[in-house]
Formats: sequence, structure tokens, C-alpha cells
Amino acid sequence: MTYFFITSLLKIVGILFVVILPMVSYSVYAERRVSAFIQDRQGPNRVGPAGLFQPIADMFKLLLKEDFTPRNVNTFYYWLAPCLAVMPAIITIAVVPFGSTLFGVPMVIADINVGILYVFAIASLGVYGIVLAGWASNSKYPFLGGVRSSSQMISYELSLGLAVIPIFLLVGSLRLTSVVRYQIEHGWFIAPFIGDWMNPWKWLLAIPMVLSFVVFAIAIFAETNRLPFDLPEAEQELAGGYNTEYSSMKFALFFLGEYAAMITGSAIMVTLFFGGWHLPLPSWHGGFHWALVDGSAPGWRGVIGGLFNIATFFAKVAVVIFVFMWVRWTLPRFRYDQLMRLGWLFFFEIALVNIFIVAGIIAFLPS
Amino acid sequence: MAVTVQRPKLNWRERMYLPAIAAGLAITIKHFKNMLFGRTKVTMQYPEEKWDSSLPDHYRGAPALVRDEEGRVRCVACQLCEFICPPRAIKIIPGEIPSTDRFAKVEKYPEEFDIDMIRCIFCGMCEEVCPEQAIFLRKDYAITGFTRADMVHHKEKLLEIGGVMHGVVLKWNEKK
Repeated sequence: MTYFFITSLLKIVGILFVVILPMVSYSVYAERRVSAFIQDRQGPNRVGPAGLFQPIADMFKLLLKEDFTPRNVNTFYYWLAPCLAVMPAIITIAVVPFGSTLFGVPMVIADINVGILYVFAIASLGVYGIVLAGWASNSKYPFLGGVRSSSQMISYELSLGLAVIPIFLLVGSLRLTSVVRYQIEHGWFIAPFIGDWMNPWKWLLAIPMVLSFVVFAIAIFAETNRLPFDLPEAEQELAGGYNTEYSSMKFALFFLGEYAAMITGSAIMVTLFFGGWHLPLPSWHGGFHWALVDGSAPGWRGVIGGLFNIATFFAKVAVVIFVFMWVRWTLPRFRYDQLMRLGWLFFFEIALVNIFIVAGIIAFLPS
Repeated sequence: MAVTVQRPKLNWRERMYLPAIAAGLAITIKHFKNMLFGRTKVTMQYPEEKWDSSLPDHYRGAPALVRDEEGRVRCVACQLCEFICPPRAIKIIPGEIPSTDRFAKVEKYPEEFDIDMIRCIFCGMCEEVCPEQAIFLRKDYAITGFTRADMVHHKEKLLEIGGVMHGVVLKWNEKK
């Protein structure tokens, strides 16, 4: 019991302070660099080598600014909103398996059997932060941002949930570690090369999987308030949207929440569709096959394997985050009636039909 | 009068929207790649790269006093530049050259010569008007200071910027 407590605490501290928070601050830096490169600019390159200390300078700036609370706001909710914006994104990461095992300890903070339900339940709470901020600010533009945020949520949430059902039809469990286990045995959901990959049934199954991946990815873009669906923020129309009245560290918390949500969203996406921490290495010992590297091997090989898995996971997350940024600096913003139309008239139907297709294939699948 | 703008007819491919998104993504990643591999020309990175070497000869930077080949300050404190200066940036206090001096015929020399660089508009009229070719606009353009007093260039500073210029010296030359 004590052992479990201590390892859990170590994992929480490690994942939060060593990985997630630095990743958040560096994804802000990366966002600025990527956007600059896409627009043929240099981006921040002054602080430290290639501007790598920019996040530290930003942090000092935000901490040292005056923490101003306007007079006409609803103070309680005004202070509560930034916490609500950042908290869900960070606690969602608890159920995501970010590695196999290290020294025999499974690299997931809470391996609960309702994994994905927990993710959806908590991640949707992020909207409360935005709506409360919009309402408590007692100002026009933040209010519009908050309203848009709620209208946006009801349009993507449904297809987000429906898009992942095919996965759980196949896996037979909501536990995220089982999803990764399944993908290790049968290949990643969008690229099932492992196992009996010559089987045509499996490739037939890959088509609805790609469809559900597209729907899921688009819904995640809306969930994390990223362009092309950053309606609550919409700098150009709403002067910053829900965070207009915020300054200093409270504003930084919204920022942190947005990027933490992006990291969590990418982590979920990687776990569900890209095999989580799994990276098959080609091996020629006794004929070609994909070798599995994980932390189960004895001695230092196990430690190396476990660290390799963790590195693999976060490398995949970084790639997905890059795609988030790439899309952001490519596409213009949707109107929110367009988003609702998209959510209710297309993705909802596609996701629903997709479930039936997958169910049908599974029913006729020769096992 | 209200005008109804006909919306363009889109074919199914355009209505699907995804090909357009893919095309857009392809364009942005191309820019990203070109930038990453240094194939894109970007703005000069100012403090590291400077344009000093490519400044043209007629560049009008900070005005400065010059010395001639023999190290004499060419200025004879005629105050024409002070008179012509549109923003009145130049202030000269002339001193008299004693009659026993070798250059007594020059009569005056600048005891103090101040150019207020906050006022200076780099018009170059001082250079144009100077009968002794004593004041020139050099290529210094980054003139900074912490106070207003810092921004006033005194005679020493002006001579330091100016350096040595070759040319016809009129009054200081003994033959004339």
C-alpha cells in the first residue's frame, strides 16, 4: 500500500512537473516558432540559443505583471474560472498510459476501468472555465466568447464520443491500457501492420477506423478550442474572447489550460489510434517479425525499454501537437453555425453509421 | 438597393472541403520546410548582421568634424553651419587664434562645437554649406544615450566620429 502510494506520488510529480508543464511552456514556444516558419518569419530567437529560454522569460513577465481584478466582475467566479480552465486538462492525463513499465511499476497514474469515460467526463469540464470566465467578466466580448464556447461544445461532444465507440467494440474494454495492449497485438488502429496483417478482414476494418479517426481528430480540435474552431477566443472578432478581462498569471492560466488541453488531446489521440507507447522495431532473429520493446525485460534492458517507451509516447504526442499547430496556421476560422452544421449534420451521422459498419464487420468476422 | 450576390456553384469535390484543406496544408508545410532548411530569405537579423558594409557613399548618417592629413581640425568656426541648420542642432563657440600663432591668418577656431543629436535631422545642409569641407555626414546611424545630455555630441566626439578626410583645404593651407 505504501509502495503503491509512493510510486503513484512519484508518477504524478514526475509526469506533471517534469513532462507536462515544461511541455506546455515549450509548446507555446514551438507554436510561435512554427507559426513564424510557416509565415516566412524567424519567430522568437533572442533569449538563449535559438530562443530556447523564451518560455522562462515569458513566465517571469507573466508572474511579475500586476494581477488586476476589474471592479465590475463577479469576483468569486472571476477567480474560479482560470482554475477550472487549467484543472481538467491536467487531471485527464491521469488515465493515459504514457509508458509500459519502469522498475516493474506500470507507467500510468490511474489504470481505471472506465478510462475513456473518465476522459470525456473531465475534459468537458474545461468548458465551464471558459463559460464562467465569459459570464463573470461582465463584459460584452468575453460573454460572447462564453456563449460560443457552450454552443461549440454541444456540437462536437456527441461526435467525439461516438467516434471512439468502434475502438471499444473491438477492444471490449474502456480501459486505456487494454486499448494499447490490443494495438500491440493487432497493430495500430489506423495502420494495422502487426499480427496477421495479410488478413483482408483486418484491412476492411481499417477503413471505418480511419473514418472514425478523422471525426475524432476534428472533434478534438473543437474540444481544445484550436483553430479552425477557436470560436470562444477569436482574437479578431471578440478581442480575445473569454480572456479579454484577464491579466497576468490568471491570463497565463487560461493559456496554460489551452495548451495542456492540447497535450492531453494529443495524448488521448495517440493512445487510441497510434498505439500509445508502442513502437515496433523490425527484427530478423528467426525470420522477419516486429519485436516488442517494453519494460518487462530483466535488469537494465528493462529500464532502457521502459524509458524508450516513454520517449516514444511523448515523441508521438509532439508530432500530433505539431499537426495541431500546422492546421492552426493554415485554416481560417469556421463560423459557429457552420461548426454546428458540421457537427450535427455530418460528423454525428458519419460516426453513427461508422459504429454500425464496424459492428457488422465484427459480427461477420471469421475469428 | 440590395444586391443579391450569386454564390458560386461548387462541384462535389469543392463541397467536400477536404481537398482544399489538404492543398492548404501542403502550401504551409512547404513554407515551413523551406524556412527550416534556410531556403527562405528573411529579414536581416539586425544586431548580428549589419548593413554597414553595403551603405552607399552618399549615406547621410551622423554629422562629424574632420581633421586633415596633418591632423589639424579643419573647422574655422565661421558658424555658417550653425546658421543654416534647420532644426538649430549646432552650437559653436568660436575661439580666437592669437596673432603670434603660425596660423594667425585663420583667425578663429571652434572652442566648443556641439551637435544635439536629438534635434539633428540628418539633412546634410551643414556639409553642403561648409566652405572649409570641415563637417561631413558619416555613416554612423545608431546614436544612443541614456539622457538628453548624452545625446549631445561635443567636439571630441565629433572629431572621433569624423576621423581624417582628404581634400582641398582652403584657409588652413599656408599658400592661400
